[in-house]
This record gives sequence, C-alpha cells and structure tokens, in this order.
Amino acid sequence: MAEQRVVVVGGGLAGLAATMKLAELGIPVDLMSMVPVKRSHSVCAQGGINSVNNVTRQQGDTEWKHFDDTVYGGDFLNHQPPCKEMAEWAPRIIDLLDRLGVPFNRTGEGFRDQRRFGGTLYKRTAFAGATTGQQLLYALDEQVRRWEVEGLVKKYEFWDFLGPVLDDNGVCKGCIGQDMVTMETKAFPADAVILATGGCGLIFGRSTMSMACTGSAASRAFQAGAKYANGEFIQVHPTAIPGTDKLRLMSESARGEGGRVWVPRKAHDERDPRDIPEAERYYFLEERYPEYGNLVPRDIATREIFSICTESGLSVEKGKLCVYLDLTHLPKDTLNKKLGGILEIYEKFQGVDPREVPMKIFPAVHYSMGGLWADYERTASGNLLEGSPRNQMTSIEAMYAIGEVDYHYHGGNRLGANSLLSCIFTGLFIGPTIKNFLENLPKGTSASDMEPSLYEEATKKYQAIDDELKARPAGGENPYLLHQQMGEIMTKNCTVVRHNENLKKAYDEMCELEERAKKCSLSDTGNYTNQNLQFTRSFLDMFPLAKTILKGALLRDECRGSHYKPEFAMPSLESEDEDERLREAETWCDRFEENTKKWLKSTIAEYGEDGEPIITYEDVDTSLIPPRPRLYGLKGAEIIMQVWNARMAKQSNQADSKTEEAVSSS
Amino acid sequence: MSESTDQSNGKSPGSSQPKDTNKEGIPPKSPHGQGDHGDVSNKVKEKPKSLYIRILRQDSPEDASYWERHTITYEPELNMTTVLQRVAAQAKTADGKDVTPVAYDVNCLEEICGSCTMLINGRVRQACSTLVDNLLQENAEEIVLEPMSKFPVIRDLFVDRSRMFHALKKIQGWINVDGYWDAGEGPKQSPAEQQDRYPLSQCMTCGCCLEACPQYTKIEVERGEGESDEAYEDRCREAYSKGFLGAAAISQVVLFNLHPTGKMRAGERLDALSSEGGLQVCGNAQNCVSVCPKSIPLTTSIGRAGRATTVHAIKRFFGF
Repeated sequence: MAEQRVVVVGGGLAGLAATMKLAELGIPVDLMSMVPVKRSHSVCAQGGINSVNNVTRQQGDTEWKHFDDTVYGGDFLNHQPPCKEMAEWAPRIIDLLDRLGVPFNRTGEGFRDQRRFGGTLYKRTAFAGATTGQQLLYALDEQVRRWEVEGLVKKYEFWDFLGPVLDDNGVCKGCIGQDMVTMETKAFPADAVILATGGCGLIFGRSTMSMACTGSAASRAFQAGAKYANGEFIQVHPTAIPGTDKLRLMSESARGEGGRVWVPRKAHDERDPRDIPEAERYYFLEERYPEYGNLVPRDIATREIFSICTESGLSVEKGKLCVYLDLTHLPKDTLNKKLGGILEIYEKFQGVDPREVPMKIFPAVHYSMGGLWADYERTASGNLLEGSPRNQMTSIEAMYAIGEVDYHYHGGNRLGANSLLSCIFTGLFIGPTIKNFLENLPKGTSASDMEPSLYEEATKKYQAIDDELKARPAGGENPYLLHQQMGEIMTKNCTVVRHNENLKKAYDEMCELEERAKKCSLSDTGNYTNQNLQFTRSFLDMFPLAKTILKGALLRDECRGSHYKPEFAMPSLESEDEDERLREAETWCDRFEENTKKWLKSTIAEYGEDGEPIITYEDVDTSLIPPRPRLYGLKGAEIIMQVWNARMAKQSNQADSKTEEAVSSS
Repeated sequence: MSESTDQSNGKSPGSSQPKDTNKEGIPPKSPHGQGDHGDVSNKVKEKPKSLYIRILRQDSPEDASYWERHTITYEPELNMTTVLQRVAAQAKTADGKDVTPVAYDVNCLEEICGSCTMLINGRVRQACSTLVDNLLQENAEEIVLEPMSKFPVIRDLFVDRSRMFHALKKIQGWINVDGYWDAGEGPKQSPAEQQDRYPLSQCMTCGCCLEACPQYTKIEVERGEGESDEAYEDRCREAYSKGFLGAAAISQVVLFNLHPTGKMRAGERLDALSSEGGLQVCGNAQNCVSVCPKSIPLTTSIGRAGRATTVHAIKRFFGF
C-alpha cells in the first residue's frame, strides 16, 4: 500500500499541535500555510491559557468547574462532551507546554504562576509575560521543525488553500493549493485534510485579527459543501487600541493584573485623567458587577463599554469612542514583568506610556466562536471517545476542522484564555483520530488509488477562477475599497448591538456589494507573486461567510452570549413588592425556559445552489450541565436564581422518582 | 517617475541606503526604537497634506530594480502598513501611471510576527510599528522604502528569509522531549531563570539583526533550468549552512542551552556554533543589538555563547 499522507492547512497553534502529534504517531504531514508558520496569528494571543492547577484545586476548583465556567460563559451553546474533555486535558496540556520549554512566569518557589481571567473566580491562567500566544506558538513551531528535520513533515509556506478535492462520493481525497510566490496551482493528494485556518475577522474590515484571517479557507470548504455553524457568534473583545489598519488587542490580562476601567463622571472631561479625583471617576464595571468587577465575561464588558460611550454619552473623547483602562496605580516592576509585551505595543503605537497615563481603549471584533461544523463521538459518561474517526470531522468525510475554525467549544461566547487551550487540545486530540481513520480506510479508496484525472480536473477548476479574474477588463471595481465597505457594513450592523431592521438592510447592502464585487478588476494580471489576485480571490470568498453571519444574526431572535438584540433582552425585575417580584421571577423563568427550548440550538448554514446560505437548526448536547439563566448584573438576579433552583430541584426529584419506579417495576 | 537602479550598488553592510535616496541626507540612525517611542502627537508642527513615498521595486529575482514614487493623502496616526495598504489600493504612481500593487510581506500588524520587516528611510524595522508622524521628523519630504538587502528579493519589498529558518534547524532549536504523552510537569525553574530566558524567547525571526550585521552577507541561490524543488532546496541548504548563522540563531542556542532539559543537548548546539559559518564569523560590530525591535540582549548572548563554546572545545580536547 502506498504511503498515506495527511495535509494540515494552517500553521497556528492548532495546526502545529496536530502536525507534531501526527508526526509522533509516524504519519507524514504536508503542512500548508499562507505565512511562515512561525508568523501565524496565534502569536497575537497575549494573556494566557486556562487549566485547573494545584493551587486552585485547593481552593475548591476542579476540571468540572472549568468546564462549567466554559459553558456558562458560552451561554450553553457549547457542546458539552468536547468541553468536558478539553477541561480535563487542560492540566496535562500545560504540563506538556512546560516540558517543551515555554518560559511560563514563575512563583518565588519556582512553580508556574497563574493569573485570574474573566468569567471565573479562580486564578487558573498560566502565562508567559503578556506574549503567551507567541511563546506557545514558538514551542510548537520548534517541535514541528524537529520533525521536519526527521523527514516526517514537509512545509508549504506561502501557500494558499484553494479548496478540497472530493471524489464521486463526496469524500475528501486531498486539496488544491497555490504557491503565493510562483502562483503554481497544485494538487495535494491526501487521505485526510485537516483545516486549522483560524477566524474570519477580516470580514469586519479592521479587527484584532491578522491579515491572514480572511476566513477564505473556511469559505472555500463551505462552498464545497461543508456545513458552517454558529456563524453569527462573533466575539467583540472589550479592550482594543483603535488604529487605522488594525484594532490592536489590549489583553484581558491588563484587567487580570488589576487594571480598572473608568470614565469621568462628567462627559468629555478635558482634564488630564491623572488630575481627576476618585470621586469624579465612574468605575462602572466595579459598581455594576461587584462580584466580578473588571473581570466580567467578555460580552458583558463589551456591551457596558459600548453603551457607556454611546447611550450614556460618557466617552472620554468627544469625536472618538473610548474609555480609560487604568494601570497607573500598579507597581511598575509588576507591570513590566507581567504585562511588558502589551504595554510596549500601546507605547509603540500610541506614543504614550500606559504605566504613567491611563490607556484609551474601545471594543473590537476578536474571535469567531462559530466555524465549520464538526462532529464528535461521546462516551456514556459524557466525554469524547478518544481516537474515534468522527471527532472533529466536518460534514465532508475525511475533512477535519480544528482550532478557531471549528465551532463547538466556545458556544455563544468564548472565555478568555480558553482559545489557546482549545487550539492545542483539538490539535493533539486529533492525532489518534486520524490514525484510526487511516487504518480503517477501505482497501482501494486511498488517495493513491484515485485516478490522476480527479486531481487534474480539480486543479483546472481552481485555475479557471484565476483565469476569469485575470481576464476581467481593467478599470472595474477596486477590491480593496469594496473590502473596506464590507467591513463598515458588518461592523456597524453586526457587532455589539444588533437590530433586525439594520440586519435586513445590511444583508441587502451585502448582496449589492457582492454584485459590484463581481465586477472587480485586477491591477496586476501577472503570473508571479500576484498579491492582488490572491487578495481579490479571498475577498470574493468573504461574501458567503458575511451573508451567513448576517442571516444567522437576523434569524436568531434572542440574546445569547455575544449575540445581543435589545428587542429580545430578558427584563430586570421591577416590582418593589416581594410577592409581586416572586411572580415576576416565575414569569421570567417561564420565558427563559421557552426561549431555551426554541433557541438553544446550533445555527447550521449550508451553501445553497444560488449562493445564498440556507439556515437550519440543530440540537446542542447539554446533557451534563442543565442550562441555567446567565444573570450577571441583572436586577432581581437573586430571586430569579431562587425560583430557578426550586424548579430544578423539583424536576430532578421527579426524575429520581421516575427512575425509582422504573427500577422497582423491573 | 521610475529610474533604473542596480539594487546592489551603493550598499554597504549596515547602510543599505542607495546614494540618491535623500538629498537632504538622512539623520544618523538612532539607537533602538527611539524614533518610534517619542510622543507622536505634537512634535510635527505642520502636518503635510500629502505624503510622498519612494519605493525600490523589483518585479522578480531576475529583473533589475527600479524606483517608483507614490503619493497618498496625509492622515494623523498613520503607520507604514496603512500607507502600503493605501498604495496597493490606488495602484497608481504619483504622476498618475497605472502600476501593479507593491508586493510586501505582512501579517499581524502589531510587531509580533516579524513579517513586514523592511528598510524605511534606510533603517531596518517593521512597517507596522513605524509611525508616519515620526518619519516626518526624520525627513518631511519623502519616505523611502526598500527591501532588506541581505535576503534575496522575491518581489518588491518581499524577501525570502528561509535561510533564517534553516539556521534554526542547524542549531537544533528545540527541546528534545521524549514524547507528547503526559509525563507530568516540566522542570522547576526560578523566576530569575525565567527572566533570563524570556527575552531571548521573544525573537520573532524578523532579521533586523542580520540586516545590520557587516558579517552577514546575502546568499542567493539561482534556480537551475528545470531543477526540481527538492534539488533546489538541497542546494539552498548547502549554501546556507556555509554562511554565517547570525545573531538571532546564536541567541537561540543560549535560550535552549539555558533550559534544564535543553542543557542535555547543549554540546550538539555548541558544535553547530563551532562549525563553518558559526560564532567565529562574528566581528563584534554590535549593530545587531541596537536594531533589535524586541531589545533582545544579542551581544550578551553572543558573549555567553562564545564562552560556552570555548569551554566546550577545551572539554572535548581533553576528552571530558
């Protein structure tokens, strides 16, 4: 039998973790990436990586609580077995990274130090300064280089994934890639293709994401028939530094280390922030959320910062929306040791020292919780069945999705410091999955058994897309300017606050823009390092996902995680009268239950024949932790929780007595 | 405006400024970072309406390079990657001639991936973290962009830095763990050890230190007619392995040899440093440390590597 190969597309944390694990298992890998893998977007992650650890364990923390925080933070839209598995793997993953030489910060005694992150009450986050993503990526990059030297990994850097190659039964038998330097289009026969291609932030124009995060690989898979799930769930990070080309992330760790968010009580107070006395500062997160303070989950922090600037009109500056993120009360030595990297970014790009002057920050699009639909096989106890060929497989057989481009780990919103974890977890976990899949391939169905014509035709098909673009008459629409317009439509209508009428309008505008984009012409029609062609093709591929995101958001009439429609927000309890409030709480819980029944579902998009997304819904596995109201800061939260707990207790009593009956009758 | 210039002319290591670039003369290079760190907002008194950008272009490795002048509207808070985005979007020179967009390497836009390294007003740095308002203080007339001179040009400002990754293979820049199965925690390390290693681990393989190094010279391997990828790569590897490793890779040896597990293979890494193109090539010009965007103590690393290599050689000589 000919050698079985696997293609991994994307060399960020997920892709590298998968590559090194597959190589360890003896499986040869072709690793394809748009950038040298060491320059992947994972380097931008700053804050850290979550896991239960020896210290938090003694404070009552468990893997189960990490799992619970993950699904509660995700507003229960996460599939629970994969999240449970991930939380259980987390301590082992950190240990492995430690062994690989990641320079995690240390305590005085030489143990790994941990910091607190949003959405949890424990110090669960291991970190390496404020460049944790960079440090983890480098550690994995180094391991992959080791396997490259051993001959098990062949890298294709500056290669763009154009699409999967499917056989007559729709099974993936490899993919087509293009060398971004020579523009050669080439087929990569493979028995499994793993997409680890990250998020799609560029659809929003400027975001915290890197230039490679176009979502084009996911879109090409989608257009080839893969399902795309929960597209409308886009995390808007509460704190970023506004810039002309990018909104640069200011990590949550700035708040984790004690940073405080505030605005002057007087609108557009022109005084130097350092001269504004405490009494005239509004620490709105601390006042509204006494338990979590500045570390409320991301969607809450984002909405609060957004609304304090827009609705309350308390933006620090008049012409520009922003609030203060203040670190100036913290010792400089601590800041340098724990946050040096991100403070330098602020200093470099804003020209102001954040150790001396409060930073000005505003929310920015940051993470795609949604992505390619992917399967898993669970055990009776609610874990994943390790090595099952179904784990992480997309709706196209033999094509897998891991890392940010999958959809099931982060639900309606991702917990800070869980992304690095989910990337590395899915990357390592897919190793045995692929091994079993390859070993069980029926005879005669391997990529090496395919007719060469399968690959020749697929290559021609993608070449034809380039040829059509290059043949367009000059002087047409400008793809770079249209991309800016796409970003404006998405950012204005489909980020922090969403309204149906705006979403409808935005969808129509997107369709019009797509028509115009069909008339884009190239300013470079050459056959060598043609970045103009490569960008334009990626831009055209953004439309199917942009429309999927808009349509998903339009149809989902509720508030969940990052998806917030004020029209459907659950009310606070208003009555002062105790009995009346109890009745209100009962009504509230009724409505919550109804909403859960109707909307606690994954949004599934398929690419229709006419190019429009077709949306259906699918149940979520919430069998381990029953969904409960997410009540951060809501008035009357305690009473609602009381009523809710009483209902849950009653339900479980009923369930118990049913089980008893069943047992006694058998 | 597009005048032909042989790219290799007028260049000496560490100063790759073509002769005709700037009639007023470029201000002396400031030590690391200073130009980018000052208070951006108020220093330039009069903001211009337009920016002039002069770019050294080259259509392919085989073609000659030529200058091209672009202009874009000035805005406050511009950085050079935004400028390059605008230049690509308009695809027209200052005098209105249609041209192809300028090719360049870019990704993170926050000076952590290392992609967009190029010569800006003669100084090697990342385009993303170079702010236009600061450049205007260096020279208000125009901004000059050139590709790095120590690496083969792929196209325009986009160069091939794969030699840097080859160097990381040569020095075995990784920790040899037994496997990726659970084997408990890593070795205990003091905060001092972590703080020693962490700065070295911030190297983003951008190549600034090599651009500035007089001993690091360009190696360009021309592809033979009909040569296979594999054969070409083999020849590249051979050529690269004879060339100087440079400060970045030397510093990585120190990084891995400081790690408790990495130490176990310290000798092999030091052997790599003693071989052809190794540490002995360093001429102690100390340019590397002054241009490193991450302020990595490269000369300290070179010193430490030098001492370790000497001790290693003595030990080997006496058969320890």
